[in-house]
Parts: sequence; C-alpha cells; structure tokens
Amino acid sequence: MDAAFILNKVLPSLNEGLLVTLLLIIPSASLGLLLGTLVGLLRSFAPFWIAKLAAGYATMFRGTPLLVQLFILYFGLPNIGIYLQPYSAAVLGFTLCSGAYHSEYIRGALLSIKRGQILAAQSLGFSTAKTMLHIIVPQALRRALPGCGNELIYLIKYSSLAYIITCIELTGEGKILASRTFRFTEVFLLVGAYYLVLVSLATIGLQKLEKRLYVPGFGRG
Amino acid sequence: MRRGHKGLGTQGIRMHNNALLRVDGLSKELGGQHILKDVSLELGKGDLKVLIGPSGGGKSTLLQCINLLIFPDSGSIILGGREISFRRKKDVLAFRQQIGMIFQDFNLFDHLTALGNVQIALRKVKKLSTSEARKRAERELERVGLLSMAHLYPAELSGGQKQRVSIARALAMDPLLLLLDEPTSALDPELIGEVLAVIRDLGRQNITMLMATHQMGFARTLAKEILFMEQGRIVEQGIPSELLEAQRLSGRSRTLDFCSKISEIYGEDLA
Amino acid sequence: MLDSLLAIKEALPYILEGSAVTVGIVIGAMSLGLAIGVPMAVAQVYGNRMLRFLAGIYVWFFRGVPVLVLLFLFYFGLFNLMGLNMSAFSASVLVLGLRGVAYQSQIFRGAIQSLPQGQLKAARAIGMSDAKAITSIVLPQAMRLSIPGWSNEYSIVLKDSAIAFVLGTSEIMSRTHFVASRTYEQLALYITAGVIFFILTWVGIRLLQALEKRVSIPGYSPHA
Repeated sequence: MDAAFILNKVLPSLNEGLLVTLLLIIPSASLGLLLGTLVGLLRSFAPFWIAKLAAGYATMFRGTPLLVQLFILYFGLPNIGIYLQPYSAAVLGFTLCSGAYHSEYIRGALLSIKRGQILAAQSLGFSTAKTMLHIIVPQALRRALPGCGNELIYLIKYSSLAYIITCIELTGEGKILASRTFRFTEVFLLVGAYYLVLVSLATIGLQKLEKRLYVPGFGRG
Repeated sequence: MRRGHKGLGTQGIRMHNNALLRVDGLSKELGGQHILKDVSLELGKGDLKVLIGPSGGGKSTLLQCINLLIFPDSGSIILGGREISFRRKKDVLAFRQQIGMIFQDFNLFDHLTALGNVQIALRKVKKLSTSEARKRAERELERVGLLSMAHLYPAELSGGQKQRVSIARALAMDPLLLLLDEPTSALDPELIGEVLAVIRDLGRQNITMLMATHQMGFARTLAKEILFMEQGRIVEQGIPSELLEAQRLSGRSRTLDFCSKISEIYGEDLA
Repeated sequence: MLDSLLAIKEALPYILEGSAVTVGIVIGAMSLGLAIGVPMAVAQVYGNRMLRFLAGIYVWFFRGVPVLVLLFLFYFGLFNLMGLNMSAFSASVLVLGLRGVAYQSQIFRGAIQSLPQGQLKAARAIGMSDAKAITSIVLPQAMRLSIPGWSNEYSIVLKDSAIAFVLGTSEIMSRTHFVASRTYEQLALYITAGVIFFILTWVGIRLLQALEKRVSIPGYSPHA
C-alpha cells in the first residue's frame, strides 16, 4: 500500500465520485419514497383498476433487474426518440425501482392499520383527510420504517450501477483510476471502504430514527 | 327519508317533545340482509337506556347509524330537536362531534399516549390550543380515575383502563349523548367492574346514554328502559321490572327468556 | 415495429442460451451460500465470542459493499494478486456466492433463533450431543422456516447475476447487449431480456413454494 499514491491520486478522484454518488442517491431516495408512498396508497385504497395498475407497476419493477431497467432507459429509449443524459436516466431508473419496493412496504403498513382506528376517529368528528394525516400516516410510517429504511440502504449500494450507463460516480472513478494504474486491489478496497462508511452511517441514522419514533407495543413486536 | 329542516337551531319548526334523541323508522340493508327494519326509539335528556338481544340482531349497526358511521337507507334522526341531514360532509362531521361513541374494542389510537388520545380531537377537530386541550384532557382522565397513567401508551394499559380512557376521550368532546357498543364484552371478568363503575357514575351525572350490553344486572338496576332487539327490530321495550320479571298472567317475556340464557353464559354479573 | 419483432425472433435462441448460464450462476452462488451460510449461522448462534465477532465482520463487509465493487475487487484485484486464473463465470459464482453467504447466514440465524428454547433442551435431555441436536433437531426445523427468506434471496441473486455482465460472462445481459449493439434494436431487446428475467424469477419462486409445501409438516408452527 502506497500512502502517497493513495493520498495524491486515489482519494481526490474518489471524492469527486462520492459527490456524484450523493447527487444520485439524494434525489432518487426522496423521489422514490414519494412515488412509493403514492403507489402504496393507490394499491391500498384506490378503485379496482387503478389499484391493479399500480400493483402491475410494482411487480414489473421488482421482478426485473435494475440493470435491465437502466439499460432500457439509457440505451433503449433513444430508439423511440427519447434521449436521456446518463445522470437523468440513472435517477429515473433508481426512482422507479425504489418506488416499487417502497410501495410494497407502505402498502403493508397501511393495510395493517386496524379499521377500528378509523371508526374511532370518525366518531370524534375527524374528516377523512384529518384521519389520514393524524391517525393513519403516523402509524403507517412507523410500521413501514424498517422496510423503507432497508430499501434506502440498497439504493446507496446499487447507485454503483450508474457507472455502467456511463454516469461516472464513485465506482466509476475507481474503475477508471484502477484501469489506468493497474492497482485494482488497493483502489477497490478503498471504494469498498467508502461504501461501507456510507451504509454504516445510514444504518445508524435509521436506528436512531426508529428509536425516536418508538411507541411501546407498536409495530416491532 | 323526510327532508331535513337545516339550520333552524333549537327554535326549529318541529319541536319533538323533550326527547334529546329521536330515531324514526331507521332501516339498513347490508350485503343483501336487512340488518335494521324500521327501528324507532327515543332518548330523553339524562336517560340511560339499554339495548339487549342476540348477536347479529342489529344493535351495533343501530348505534353506528345513530352517529352516522353508517348511513341508514331510510328513516330520520333528530338530535336536540333538529333533524340531521346526511347530505353535506360538514354537517355529518359536526353531528358526529355531538355524539360520543364507546367501542367494544376500545379503538384507542395506538401511537398516542392516554393523554394524547383524549387531547387529539380537541386539538385537531375542535381547534383548541395545546394548553387548553391538555388541561381539559387531564380533567377528563381524572374523572375516570386515570390521570396517573396519562403518559402511558395503549399497549401498556389493561383492557379496563383502555376502555376508561376511551370514555374520557369521548366525554372531552362534550357530546350531547353517549353511545356505548358492548363496552365490557372484550374485557376479562375482573376488569368489567371498573368500567361499569365509571358508567354508573356518568349515569349519576345525568349523562344521556344508549348502551348495548349483556350486563343484565347493570341493566336491571340502572336502566330507565330496556329495548330488546332481535333480527333488526325492537321486539319488546319497557322498564326493567316489567320485562325482566316473569309475567304474572301471560307467561314469560321474550326478553326474560333471552336474559336467562345470558345469565347462564356470563354468570352472575356485578351490579 | 416489425423490424424489432424480427430482431427479437432472431436473437432469442442466442439470448436464451445465455439464460442457461444465468441459471448456472444463480444455482452455483446459492449453493455456495447455503453450504457456508448454514454453518456460519450455527456459529453465530451457538459459537463463542470470537466466532460471532468474525462472522459479524464478514456479514458487515459483504452486505455493505455493492456487488459491482465486489466483482471488480475480486476479479481484477484479489484473484490476480493471488495468482488465480479464474474464468468470468467462476469468479461471478464465487463473488455472488460469498455475498450470498452473508445474507443467507442471517436468514438461517433468524430462523434458528425463532425456535423455542425447549427444542435444544429436550434434545440434551435425551442424551444427544449438541452437534447431533443441532443437525437433527434444530436445523431441519430452521431450514423449513427459512424457505420464504431463501425465496427472496433467490430473486435478489437472479437479478444481481445481470451485473456479472461487466466481467464478460456470457449470460443473458451480455448476450442481449451484444446483439443490441449490432442490430440497434436496443429497446426491444432489453425489454425482452427483462421479460426473460421476470419469467425466471416467477418460475423459481413457484418452485420454491412447491418445495415449501412438499417439506411442510402438518400443523407445524414454532410458536404454537
């Protein structure tokens, strides 16, 4: 291990890549969660055909590899005249895929809310909107947190696939550097370390969040 | 359904005697079954009336129709002299605030403390300030003897305590009357007493109540009137002594038949 | 549109051959995962502190580093360093397998831990050694409980096998890419690839569900 090499050449490149990775993860995670919540709501409460459509979307994106989805968006869409930048294709792909998984957890959480909660809210004079906002969402959020949190961790790792559709992020920078210098082991051990840090930070953050929202006897047995 | 006289206040053209609540000809069909068939009843201010009868007889549906959790197919509901219209969502919501409901399964909001449960409607529906809501909530919890448990979550409370919190929650809204749907049926026997004690107390405070229950002893001693419901109709009604004592001349009443069965199943209850 | 369909028709045999490779990768990786994952789970539940610690590090590493990075690290880096001359196929199986160990060990660990304590106690009481107790009493039950989790893992490994494309393995993705860059029918072909993966996922899950039924014990529930 050559300390000089690492400090002068590897870290700067990787840091640039890290920035792109973060720029990929943050929008995708937020949009994916939003999309997932919407789809989860539709799958749980919408009229039959809309619910079926939403379920179809989720099945499709969960049943096929993310890589295939990215390829379709970046290499395939040009066939019908839609040209996406690597970054846009990546964010779109991550959002759609993530959203499908999130919708699964959200749907599970929504369906687990006992009907009696809604009856009680109605009997007190809560409107449908208020019931959703103050009774259903707070409970569903806690139930969905482990699953959705898990999905966010996956997103951090799978952001590496963006490199394959030429969006150069952390892994991409590593590959380029390693190919030039043939120092694959060192470079990729470092790249791995970067991801381990990101994932560990995210895991700790989620655990803290779960603790803060914890209500005795609720959700997690 | 009769057209409602909206917005006439208590000086409405129709003053339906002194009844606080009057239900006329309520009918409801669910899934092909006639759950309620032309049910009518009256509740005066301060009355405690009890609905009894076999499961599936329509007691629960009737109660849920009265506070519009379920919309009846026909009939009318008159509260405080005003007939309720189901047309506008706003009216329905306002109406529901005036009627409190206690459920068999308590239905406390699991993500809130006892205090939170009592407070939340005050803050979000009645729009009280946080401190006003909290003070009122604390008063109600004290009224049912649970102020010390204000910061516990439903999962940490016993069944009896949960039901008492739900009573506090309903009372905090200052309802005109209280509907109780088998409030002790889901409780272990030793916990029933504490809830009945609270309800008896409410009766002494002249809170108007319509209660569906299997607690015969309670009904006998405290109810102003007992209504026996079977297959969607009110089959017999009258004061407890009439219905529950054996008829001297014409043999036993249906109510009495049913009640003796109940007493066998549930054992002698606490009055 | 017609061109696309024709392109698909012509490419299909070639791509489907690749699915044999894909399935090979998946079976290889999952077998490896099973073979090492079960002992690792046992070590984590019954082993001493050192074993648990080492297993923990292993799981943390292989669950925290992305598949793509692992593939690059091992194929271009570590294997070269160790002088191993591995084919892309073997490397893919090995890497996905090692990663699978990390995930599968957690599935089995959870299953073992969900069994009531009494099972092991009873085995000891009739004079079984711990080793025998674990293999003949605990594991058969835990394995059955693990089938749903394993099913999920199958789905994930199948999808991850597409990433092995970057090493030049001749599976579905690489073949599709190959044909697509020649015929310029990328959209149609990648969609086809997606459909093939979807079918493989579906079939695999059904098979595992059938397996679950076959080995199920009537009325069995560890929490009865």
